[in-house]
Amino acid sequence: MRLGLMIDVDNCVGCHACAVACKSWNTGGTTGPLTDLMPYGGEPSGVWFNRIRHYEVGEYPHSQTVNFPMSCLHCENADCVTVCPTGASWKREEDGIVLVDQDKCMGCNLCAWACPYGARELDPSSGTMKKCTLCIDRIYDQNLPENERQPACVIVCPTHARLFGDYDDPQSDVSRLARERGGYSMMPELGYQPTNQYLPPRTANRVDTTDVERPARGLGERLKNWVNQIVAR
Amino acid sequence: MKPSLSLILFTVSSGAGFGLFVLLVVINNTGWGAPMSEREVLVAGALSLALVTGGLISSTFHLANPKNAIKSLNRIRTSWLSREGLFSLVFFLPAIAYLVLVGLYGNPPGAVVRFSGWLALILALTTLFCTGMIYASLKTIRQWHNPMVPANYLFIGLASGGVLLTTIRSLITASDSAAATLTLALLALAALVKLIYYFWIGKPEGPTLNSATGLGPERVKLLDVGHSHGNFLTEEFGHRLAAGRSFLLRTLALVMAFLVPFAVLVVVANRDAPQALTLLALVAALSGILIERWLFLIEGHHAVNLYYGRQRT
Repeated sequence: MRLGLMIDVDNCVGCHACAVACKSWNTGGTTGPLTDLMPYGGEPSGVWFNRIRHYEVGEYPHSQTVNFPMSCLHCENADCVTVCPTGASWKREEDGIVLVDQDKCMGCNLCAWACPYGARELDPSSGTMKKCTLCIDRIYDQNLPENERQPACVIVCPTHARLFGDYDDPQSDVSRLARERGGYSMMPELGYQPTNQYLPPRTANRVDTTDVERPARGLGERLKNWVNQIVAR
Repeated sequence: MKPSLSLILFTVSSGAGFGLFVLLVVINNTGWGAPMSEREVLVAGALSLALVTGGLISSTFHLANPKNAIKSLNRIRTSWLSREGLFSLVFFLPAIAYLVLVGLYGNPPGAVVRFSGWLALILALTTLFCTGMIYASLKTIRQWHNPMVPANYLFIGLASGGVLLTTIRSLITASDSAAATLTLALLALAALVKLIYYFWIGKPEGPTLNSATGLGPERVKLLDVGHSHGNFLTEEFGHRLAAGRSFLLRTLALVMAFLVPFAVLVVVANRDAPQALTLLALVAALSGILIERWLFLIEGHHAVNLYYGRQRT
């Protein structure tokens, strides 16, 4: 088994619900708490397993806004595991989930240095490294109804931009979507072979902007443009 | 990358300590140059062990959870950090044995004592190499993922150890041409390695924001990071040298670490100059290497910075 997430960048609306659901579930989970530093202070920060960043692709006016959630990609060649001197960082043989044993970690940061995806964050209160567990305490919980045995981020996503499944099973949703819609890995040149795949945004038809870009014609139009620039909204 | 003081002090101090022991063993075991007195061997050896110990203690200040530090020897098979820890600790056994035996039976050392010295020398060199490999094994930081990095740690450790040994010899007895000659060669080699390193990392390569996000060949621009203030990632990886400072600081590091000690040692060796001048070489070398180490850390650009808007590493 090779469990992982599939992020559909085309569907993601950037609402951060996955990050909030993740924090809410995992702060009481196996590697919790996910400490907040100065939550009501001037410079709030804290430990998150999942972060969403927002990018603009292409040049205006033909640009596209892309919301980009990132959590641990549970790589096949996980350097964060091989560099770990204590053995706290490990990858499960049965399903490929990368975990940190909080009782062994000495907080040397080397695994975070070895991760190009920023998946690991040091919790200064416990002095240990924390990261996405793929909600291992949900997906195997026999007491939960079967459709809830999924990571918290996947369940909460309002646009179904996140899917959870087994990449070793060619019939699973994630494998099928990766095949059909060109699922890709990030920074393949580094050779980490991430398990989590991303679905690219669909290319939208270009909106014709030739009428917008043309220079003003005649005195009346130039005057109108000048007034528009001078008068604040 | 964040230039942590604990890491800078650790690598500079233990590097000089290991280098000092290596040169001590080479000079004393081969009997090259003016023979070393027992007192010289013990002073140099004790200083070396003190520097290594001080460095190791400093390195624990880098740990957020030092109570688990002993567990760092658990993954010798895969982790360079684990290997470094193991070899640096094992080094103490033959090194202490060497000094104790020289203290008991005097100098020059017998066959068994010499063997113990060679063993300590191998362990010291191995540790220096492991330290370099901790950085060189990280594919995420292209300025560190470079074959010159372990060479850099080895030669700078040896050169700083050489300056230390020359200083000790010049202060206790008189100047020794063997230690000085070896140190001059090591300083030149270390400077050469550093120059090649700076030349190599100047080439623009490595992942870009486009390959990091996989969003195609068009220009990708960061709009928002999703949080109002810094986090662990920006704190740890976001540090970067102010634009235009690199050349000046690199030159300063090279001059202080290599050129000044080289010139001073040449002057001390050739003229009737006061031996205490070697102290100047020592102060210059150590402060130059501190700057070099600080630069090495802050000029390592981690791939995570791409997600925070950098176009390339």
